[in-house]
Amino acid sequence: MSPSPALVLKDLSCTFHVQGGLFQPARHVRAVDQISFTLEEGGVLGIVGESGCGKTTLARMILGLQNPTSGEAFVHGQRLSEMGRRARARLIQPVFQDPFSSLNPKHRIQDIVALPLRAQGCFEPHEIERRTAAILERVGLSSEQGRRLPAQLSGGQRQRVAIARALILEPRIVVCDEPTSALDVSVQAQILNLLGELRRDLNLTYVFISHNLAVVEHVATDVMVMYLGRMVERNTTASLFKEPHHPYTQALLASVLTPEPGLGLPDVGLGDIMPDPANIPSGCRFHPRCLKAQAQCATLSPPTRSMPDQGMVECHLF
Amino acid sequence: MPRLTQISFVIGLTIVGLVFVAAVIGPWLTGHDAFAQNLNARLIPPVWMEGGSSLHWLGTDQLGRDYLTRLLYGARISLFIGVLTVITSGLIGTSLGVLGGFYGGRIDDAVLFLITCRLSIPVVLVALAVVGLIGSSLTLVVSTLGLLLWDRFAVVARATTMQIRSLDYVNAAWCSGCSPLDIMRHEILPNISSHLLVVCTLEIALAILLEASLSFLGLGVPPPLPSWGLMIAEGKDYMFFSAWVIMIPGLALFTLVLGMNMVGDGLRRAFGTQVIK
Amino acid sequence: MTPILDVRNLAVRFGPTLAVRNASFTVQKGETHCIVGESGCGKSVTALAIMNLLARNARRDAQAIRFNGQDMLAYSDRQMEDVRGNRMAMIFQEPMTSLNPSFTIGSQMIEVLRRHHATTRHEAEQRAIALMQRVGITAPHMRLGQYPHQLSGGLRQRVMIAMALMCDPELLIADEPTTALDVTVQAQILRLLAELKQELGLGILLITHDLGIVARVADHVSVMYAGEVIESGRTAQLFANPAHPYTRGLIDCVPVPGKIRPGEALGSIPGTVPVMKDGFSGCAFRFRCPQASEVCTQAVPRHALGSDHIVHCHLAPSQGAGQ
Ligand SMILES: Nc1ncnc2c1ncn2[C@@H]1O[C@H](COP(=O)(O)OP(=O)(O)OP(=O)(O)O)[C@@H](O)[C@H]1O
Ligand SMILES: Nc1ncnc2c1ncn2[C@@H]1O[C@H](COP(=O)(O)OP(=O)(O)OP(=O)(O)O)[C@@H](O)[C@H]1O
Ligand code: SF4
Ligand code: SF4
Ligand SMILES: [Mg+2]
Ligand SMILES: [Mg+2]
Repeated sequence: MSPSPALVLKDLSCTFHVQGGLFQPARHVRAVDQISFTLEEGGVLGIVGESGCGKTTLARMILGLQNPTSGEAFVHGQRLSEMGRRARARLIQPVFQDPFSSLNPKHRIQDIVALPLRAQGCFEPHEIERRTAAILERVGLSSEQGRRLPAQLSGGQRQRVAIARALILEPRIVVCDEPTSALDVSVQAQILNLLGELRRDLNLTYVFISHNLAVVEHVATDVMVMYLGRMVERNTTASLFKEPHHPYTQALLASVLTPEPGLGLPDVGLGDIMPDPANIPSGCRFHPRCLKAQAQCATLSPPTRSMPDQGMVECHLF
Repeated sequence: MPRLTQISFVIGLTIVGLVFVAAVIGPWLTGHDAFAQNLNARLIPPVWMEGGSSLHWLGTDQLGRDYLTRLLYGARISLFIGVLTVITSGLIGTSLGVLGGFYGGRIDDAVLFLITCRLSIPVVLVALAVVGLIGSSLTLVVSTLGLLLWDRFAVVARATTMQIRSLDYVNAAWCSGCSPLDIMRHEILPNISSHLLVVCTLEIALAILLEASLSFLGLGVPPPLPSWGLMIAEGKDYMFFSAWVIMIPGLALFTLVLGMNMVGDGLRRAFGTQVIK
Repeated sequence: MTPILDVRNLAVRFGPTLAVRNASFTVQKGETHCIVGESGCGKSVTALAIMNLLARNARRDAQAIRFNGQDMLAYSDRQMEDVRGNRMAMIFQEPMTSLNPSFTIGSQMIEVLRRHHATTRHEAEQRAIALMQRVGITAPHMRLGQYPHQLSGGLRQRVMIAMALMCDPELLIADEPTTALDVTVQAQILRLLAELKQELGLGILLITHDLGIVARVADHVSVMYAGEVIESGRTAQLFANPAHPYTRGLIDCVPVPGKIRPGEALGSIPGTVPVMKDGFSGCAFRFRCPQASEVCTQAVPRHALGSDHIVHCHLAPSQGAGQ
């Protein structure tokens, strides 16, 4: 085992240029703004934040699907941008949100699952067949289901197929972008249990994006909170859920709807106006909505304060 | 799909199917040779007209050749040209469209420029000029039309590829370590093929019409090959006395092209393809 | 008081498949009624049946579907069109299928209002902007000029909600309206719906599989399984004493923050919802039910466990099924 951490990001940023119209100037959307973190092998990093805050963009950069505007990502000590596509595929694999668009509708399940092996170009046909059968069984699908087309499977079964495809090369890191948000509670529980089992058995590292904080609390060892492209807080799951520091994290945790009747809907006072990613507020980017904002927040960018266990928070209050 | 479209699709498919079967086996069944002249039996009218003979159901032409046999042989040529042209133009258009849609950016700009250039070329005039300069032959007609008619393939392939390339299964293929060529071949092509099929049917119809026009002008298929356009051209001198000489190939042409378009329209509705007309 | 919506014995079949069977429920003025259940149990089909928007291969049978006391089964197409989108609005599960890709958001929102009410374009536009602000859309002027594919999933869902509210409906049918939204936006939208319910007496039929939402916003809950309402009651009652084994299974699947330790398996109901065919008898849940027994193959009795709380299960309420 290499002593280097599974995943290291150094000041990763991504800016999109959105064309306004034929004669309008392009708008710059800073989807991800200078994010750095270290994730140890075997850990699960949960990423939460408002929709549109850059979670998917960050995941795509880690997967090599999107080139960062600046910054670097290292996987097990290797620079991601210098890795060939086959080497990268052996280290890091995705599970996407939508079980309907993540499988090619024209291919059979067994071919979809075997695709990463075929792409390596160095496996014998019988070896591919053997490993495909083994991984399908591992995620709870029969070989009969392996011969079907994606349209003939339910949402939960399709997500199992996606997991099988992600694991067939025995990668070290799996990036899950909202893997269960399209599924109902019972199927969600089955998929999360499967992901948990696989992680323990294969010593995998997960990057796990979700809107569902209860799910994140359940699966993650560390949690990172994003707001408008910035990482505003990071801590171990236990500390973050016990004692959230950043005002946005507090608002987020207070908005969770637990199945306890009678409590009504929480109002966390964030206001009704969402931020515009192409027009980021000065100073602390959360200040127009922050209940604890001070005079300096509107002009001065908040410092990054580190906490125990690699934790951090970015706010003038600390 | 609306009921009317369904009916029209079935009718179209029947027409195209019948013409295809007739083109393949027809010329052997009539008992005549499409090229054998018989100057004693010139311009015999079809059976149902006065002076018709049951020996020649659709009569004979100005050189005494059996008209039905020539018509069926002509169907063979029309379909042959239509299909070969579409194979050529389909290969060119699909490759360009998929490349542009897949890579985007500069490559896409280049493809768009090529499409714009191609749309500014008057197809009939260029085809006339080329065939007129080099001389007419079947290969030349097919390659000229093939090299000119790829624009719709490119437009449709580009648009559908752009829709698909950002889907998660394409992302998953990237993450699996597939090469761009593999992704285009195995992930994208199978999923745009239904739309390309729609374009195929519409383009075959167009190619058949264009071939007929070229042949009519004497610049298409060289005689004595019986092409429908050529048959109309050869018959036009006699049309005032024997109108059926041009009515019959004209009607055949109209029916086949209509049938092709009906099939294409049905498929287009079924697959939801957006085709510029 | 006449309920806004009163559905009696609704059944929907697609050929031999029974997608909805014997569904009955009511929505009162100023009340939120939630329908919960797993994927494929017939929630969306129920909503579409009420709106009379089912696919052509569907057959709808019902004893009555009353809207403000009037039986909508007797409505002509014309009458139905007058009500739909106007006094009775729906937020569809897939925003992309109900927004027309070739028109701007603005023109679609304005069209909804002008189809049913005589207003000027300008008034309609002002109303669209006001509603977009209420559902938390920034720069509504810019959004009005955009096409559906130019919006993110979360924005599209909010546009659908604003559009449904354009005509001040009396009944809102919302099919999974917040799946693409994060928790803070979700809470904001649900608060908006609660406000409208208070202010205007809006009746809401909310379809969801998120029991967190159900617990916080519903007054009444109907749990559906394989096309049937198998348990219904007031929210507090139902969560305190879930009587049907399926309801209990569903509640056990929900991960609750602070209640489950990392690494511990979540509860789940093994198996999937069966497809119902004609001639099926007995309890549809018996293939997955931990308490199934011989009797469960026979017609299922209906027990009342209090004023409003009804459950369909062979286990008598006293035999350990809640109570
Ligand atoms: N290809 C692109 N071109 C232009 N802008 C983009 C592109 N991809 C993303 N963006 C913008 O970048 C920002 C971040 O988007 P991203 O998809 O990463 O959000 P997210 O956190 O995953 O949201 P959600 O929770 O809704 O999935 C958004 O404002 C989005 O509009
Ligand atoms: N047009 C149709 N033709 C045939 N069967 C259909 C049709 N529409 C729905 N069904 C079937 O009816 C059943 C109920 O579907 P419905 O969409 O109501 O489920 P749902 O409870 O809304 O699920 P989800 O949570 O996934 O939205 C399913 O088994 C589905 O396959
Ligand atoms: S820096 Fe100021 S505005 Fe930003 S989160 Fe902290 S208190 Fe709020
Ligand atoms: S009727 Fe029987 S099978 Fe059905 S829920 Fe009750 S105990 Fe379970
Ligand atoms: Mg995302
Ligand atoms: Mg549904």
